[in-house]
Amino acid sequence: MSDQQIDSGKRTWLIASSCAGAVGAVGAAVPFVGSFTPSERARAAGAAVEADISGLKPGQMMTVEWRGKPVWIVKRTPDQVAELPKNDALLADPKSLRNPDQLTPPYARNEARSIKPEILVVVGICSHLGCSPIDKFNAGPQPSLPDNWAGGFLCPCHGSTFDMAARVYKDKPAPDNLEVPPHMYLSDTRILIGEDKKA
Amino acid sequence: MAAYKEAPADATAAQKLLNWVDNRFPLTKLYNEHMGEYYAPKNFNFWYVFGSLAMLVLVIQIVTGIFLVMHYKPDAGLAFASVEYIMRDVPGGWIIRYMHSTGASAFFIVVYLHMFRGLLYGSYRKPRELVWIFGCGIFLCLMAEAFMGYLLPWGQMSYWGAQVIVNLFSAVPFIGPDLSLLIRGDYVVGDATLNRFFSFHVIAVPLVLLGLVAAHIIALHEVGSNNPDGVEIKEKKDAKGIPLDGIPFHPYYTVHDIYAVSVFLMIFTAVLFFAPEGGGYFLEYNNFIEANPLKTPPHIAPVWYFTPFYSMLRATTDLMVNVLCVILAIAGVLGIVKGGFSGLGKIVLAIAVIVAVALLKYFDAKFWGVVVMGGAVIILFFLPWLDRSLVKSIRYRPSWHKYVYGVFVFFFLVLGYLGAQPPSDVGNYVSQIGTLVYFGFFLLMPWWSRMGTFRAVPERVNYAAH
Repeated sequence: MSDQQIDSGKRTWLIASSCAGAVGAVGAAVPFVGSFTPSERARAAGAAVEADISGLKPGQMMTVEWRGKPVWIVKRTPDQVAELPKNDALLADPKSLRNPDQLTPPYARNEARSIKPEILVVVGICSHLGCSPIDKFNAGPQPSLPDNWAGGFLCPCHGSTFDMAARVYKDKPAPDNLEVPPHMYLSDTRILIGEDKKA
Repeated sequence: MAAYKEAPADATAAQKLLNWVDNRFPLTKLYNEHMGEYYAPKNFNFWYVFGSLAMLVLVIQIVTGIFLVMHYKPDAGLAFASVEYIMRDVPGGWIIRYMHSTGASAFFIVVYLHMFRGLLYGSYRKPRELVWIFGCGIFLCLMAEAFMGYLLPWGQMSYWGAQVIVNLFSAVPFIGPDLSLLIRGDYVVGDATLNRFFSFHVIAVPLVLLGLVAAHIIALHEVGSNNPDGVEIKEKKDAKGIPLDGIPFHPYYTVHDIYAVSVFLMIFTAVLFFAPEGGGYFLEYNNFIEANPLKTPPHIAPVWYFTPFYSMLRATTDLMVNVLCVILAIAGVLGIVKGGFSGLGKIVLAIAVIVAVALLKYFDAKFWGVVVMGGAVIILFFLPWLDRSLVKSIRYRPSWHKYVYGVFVFFFLVLGYLGAQPPSDVGNYVSQIGTLVYFGFFLLMPWWSRMGTFRAVPERVNYAAH
């Protein structure tokens, strides 16, 4: 074996055909990897949903499902809205400057992160690892929360906290504020979630 | 290619049949290499039963899994009900299901003890590096199996656990969101995710796992087993080439292991019949509620065997990243002052430290949490090269090494406990310390494992006949 001469012509063709085979194998992998991406049916399931908020009283929250995710609609009391600027120093991103294109549509880039100051519309999925935070609207000391708690949301998984405008507090696992979905008012009491084109 | 061997004229029918097979398939050869003439050290102790027990649990998981798949429906609309159907309506279904779910926890108990044995006696040291690496691969596969299997009952913990872990991948810079989309196959964890996890859990990962188990055993039988004294028994052989301190695996260790199997099965069945949910640690109570994508349970935690790593994930906050930056800077300064590098080496080291600190601060703590959690498992692969101790076994290491191991095990257990608890400030500080201890144990091993006075390793193994 070892005392045989290397036939360099044969070796060149062996390398070339191995490379061609490898290219073919990679090509064959394309449809298999492609099958991991969302199917056409999953892509089509992203339609907008309508929510009726006529029954929502100040201080209450309702949840609607949009693209399989919970969307919260919170009617804040005037006091809660007035309290919002006081939290700014404790928040990681009070002005919603991080990733505004994904998280905060232009009409929500304000202190209350909403179109109407009292109505907050936000996707209830934590920006850390995707748990759904729970509402902790009552201010004051409580388990898992700081003693100067001003009301907001607590993510039970990793302890991230958000204020009443769904803005994340500093030094928490979650890096971003909660996402405000595209939405628009069809009337005073009806909100369309998932679309914001002014038709 | 061996020449055809004729059976002796006076051979029995069975011997003739075996001879016929042996000429076509190396049956006797395989049996001798792995059982009848595989010489294992005679001084194995209690710690050496866990390899065989892991094989037993693997068989339990495969057999019960095959039967569960006959009744289970991998469909987001039907999965939860089909598991309850197995539990209530399928004759014997409840015990098969509980064997599988308890088996998962038993698997991790046995494997953690098996790995700890390796750590105690230096079983990963030369020439057994590949045995250890295949073993770490098995551990990774087991984690994947356990994680994907836990989604299948489609309970609240299944759903939200998968949501959290899949979202871990979205923390990877640049490609993260697309990567997690590729894993889920939908914009949220849903039917597509359940179906592909089912496919991975019942066929893809088990195939890899079985391949790795075979590689683990072939590599082990090539180099021979280590033992509590860390003495290479192959260095002292008799005239026939048999190690003086070796005894054939069969019948000596098969009988030894059957005893261990009996004790194990007593404990296993006791759990199976009296506490199949393991007090909420083997099967979490929230998982008896069907998955609800709109509501996270008030407290979610992974199953116990993941909690040490989960604690490390939670511990990586902005504060922790700052601490890591300081540690890196100190390590860099020490390396430059005491490392004995050339001028160029010092500059390269300084630049590397600055780049590492910049990266730590640039990416979110969330991403580094994922890196820490992944690194905690990956670092195990490098153990054979991190340990520079002069002897293999803990028996001949300096006594204080035992305390180092003790502190490591203590913090590993504390991390495991904290990972199952709701997040709290104190818990978070403790798990940050625990994370530093865990990584310090491994990353500083090249230094501390060489320090102290080592005892002389005997020529032959210590063995008292009993």
